[in-house]
Amino acid sequence: MSRFVTKEQAAQTPAVRVAGVDKAFGKRAKAVSALTGIDLEIGAGEFVALIGPSGCGKSTLMRLIADLDQPTAGTVEVYGKPARQARLDQEYGIAFQQAGLLPWRTVVQNIALPLEIHGVSYAERAERAEALATLVGLSDFRDRYPDQLSGGMQQRVAIARALAERPRLLLMDEPFGALDEMTRERMQTELARIAVESRAAVVFVTHSIPEAVFLSDRVVVMSPRPGRITHIVDVPLGTARPELLRESPEFFAKVTEVREALHGAPVERAPER
Amino acid sequence: MNVGLERTMRIVAPIVAGALLLALWYVLVDVAKILPPSVPSPNAIITQFTDNFGIILNATRITAGNAALGLLIGAIIAIVLAALAALIRPLDGMAAPVVAAIAVVPIVALTPIFNTMFGASAQTGRVLIAAIASFVPVYINVLRGLRQARPVQRDLFLAYAATKPQTFRRLTLPMALPFLITGIRIASSLAVISALVAEYFGGPADGLGTAIASYAKSGKSALAWAFVFASIIVGLVFFLVTLLLERIVRRYRSEH
Repeated sequence: MSRFVTKEQAAQTPAVRVAGVDKAFGKRAKAVSALTGIDLEIGAGEFVALIGPSGCGKSTLMRLIADLDQPTAGTVEVYGKPARQARLDQEYGIAFQQAGLLPWRTVVQNIALPLEIHGVSYAERAERAEALATLVGLSDFRDRYPDQLSGGMQQRVAIARALAERPRLLLMDEPFGALDEMTRERMQTELARIAVESRAAVVFVTHSIPEAVFLSDRVVVMSPRPGRITHIVDVPLGTARPELLRESPEFFAKVTEVREALHGAPVERAPER
Repeated sequence: MNVGLERTMRIVAPIVAGALLLALWYVLVDVAKILPPSVPSPNAIITQFTDNFGIILNATRITAGNAALGLLIGAIIAIVLAALAALIRPLDGMAAPVVAAIAVVPIVALTPIFNTMFGASAQTGRVLIAAIASFVPVYINVLRGLRQARPVQRDLFLAYAATKPQTFRRLTLPMALPFLITGIRIASSLAVISALVAEYFGGPADGLGTAIASYAKSGKSALAWAFVFASIIVGLVFFLVTLLLERIVRRYRSEH
C-alpha cells in the first residue's frame, strides 16, 4: 500500500537528486578529492550515462547513489529518500563490471538471491526468477552454474538479478566493460529494451562513447582531478532504440558531440589508450 | 563405451600394480631368497595379521581414537580462532606469529614433556600432540577461506541490505567451506601420523606405534609389519571420511 503511494509520488519526485556533493578519500592532509561540487537530477524513467576518463569519479558517484560509499559533503537522495534509506528499502537494483555470481548457485538461484534475502516466498521467487531468466534470454540455461556460462551470459544473469526486486532505479557500473564488442552491442540493444519495458530510471557508468549515446536520454560528461561534471549532452533519439540507430547520422552527430565535450574539457587530458 | 573403459582402467590399473608389486615381493623373499631374512614375506605378515587380529584391533582402536579426538579438538579450536581472527583484524596480527611458531614446533619433541605432564598412563599427551598437529592447517585454510568473498560480492550483499548473519550464511560460509575441507584433509593425515609417532616416545604401553616399535626392536618383524598394515588402514579410513565430508559439503553448498 505504502509502496503504491510512493509510486504515485514518483511522477514528481526525481529518481536521483545529488546536491552539492563532494567526496574525498583518505584523511585530512593526505585526502584525495574524488568528486567536487556535483549537482545532478535524474528523472523517473530516465536513462542517464556517466562518461569520462579513468579517475573522473563516475563510479564513485554511482557508489554514492547506491550508498556503498558516503559523500564527504552534500546530499544524495533516491526517490526523495536519503541514499541509506533507499538502499535499506531496496529502491534500486545494481550490476557491476564483474557479474559477482555465487559459483555454487544455478542461474535461477543467483537471480533469486536478493528475493531470498528479503524473505520472498519460495514459490514467488521461483516464478520471478524464471520470468527474469526468460527476459534476459537464459531460460534454456536456468539450471546451469556460472562457470558453465560465457562472460556475456554471466552478465545477463547479473542484470536479471538487478531487476529481481522490480526496482524503479537501476545502477550499472560498466556492466559490459569486460565483454567483446559484438556481445556488447547485443547486450546494449537488450538493455535498451529492458529499460523501456521496466520503466526504471537507469544510471549507467561507461567509458564507451557510442554505448553512452546509444542507450541514454542524457549523457553526463565528467572530468578528472578533481572529479566533476563538465557537460550534459541531451540525446533526444526516442525511447525505443533500434539496432539501425547505430548507423544513422543523428547517432553519429551525438557521438561527435559527446566526444568533443569529453576532449574539449579545459584540463590536461588523461593519457589516451 | 570409451568412457566405461577408462573408468574400469582407473580401478583395475592400481589393483594390477599392487598385485604385481606383491608378487615381486613374494618372489624376492620366498622364492629367490635374495633379501635378508629380516624382511618378512607377505605370507608371514598376513598370517601374523590374522593370528593377532584381536590385539591389532585393540591397538588400532587406541591410536585411531587418539588421532580422531585430537583432530576434532584441534579443528574446533582452529575454526573458532580463525573466525575470530577474520572478524577482528588486530587479533589476526596477534595470532599470526603464534600460529607460525606452532607450525614449526617439532611435535615429537613435545611428547616426553607431555608424558611427564599428564602421567605415563594417560592418553592425554598423545591426543594433544594430534590436536596441535591438526590445528595449524585447519586454522590457516579456514582463515584464508573466510576471506575469499570478492569486493564485488560484498558490495552486492551491502546493496541488498543483507544482515550480517545473512551475508555469513549465503556468502562467507559457502566460500570458506572448501578451504575448511582442504584443511581438515591435510590435518587428518597429520593427526594419524603424529598420534602414532607420539607413541614411540613413551606413555601407556598400547597403540599401534608402541607395538611397531617394540616388535621391530625384538626382531618380530612380520608382526611389526602387520601393525604397519593396520596403520595404513587407519590412514586410509581417515582419508575416506574426509572425502565423504567433502561430498556432504558440496551438497550443502549447492543448496545455499
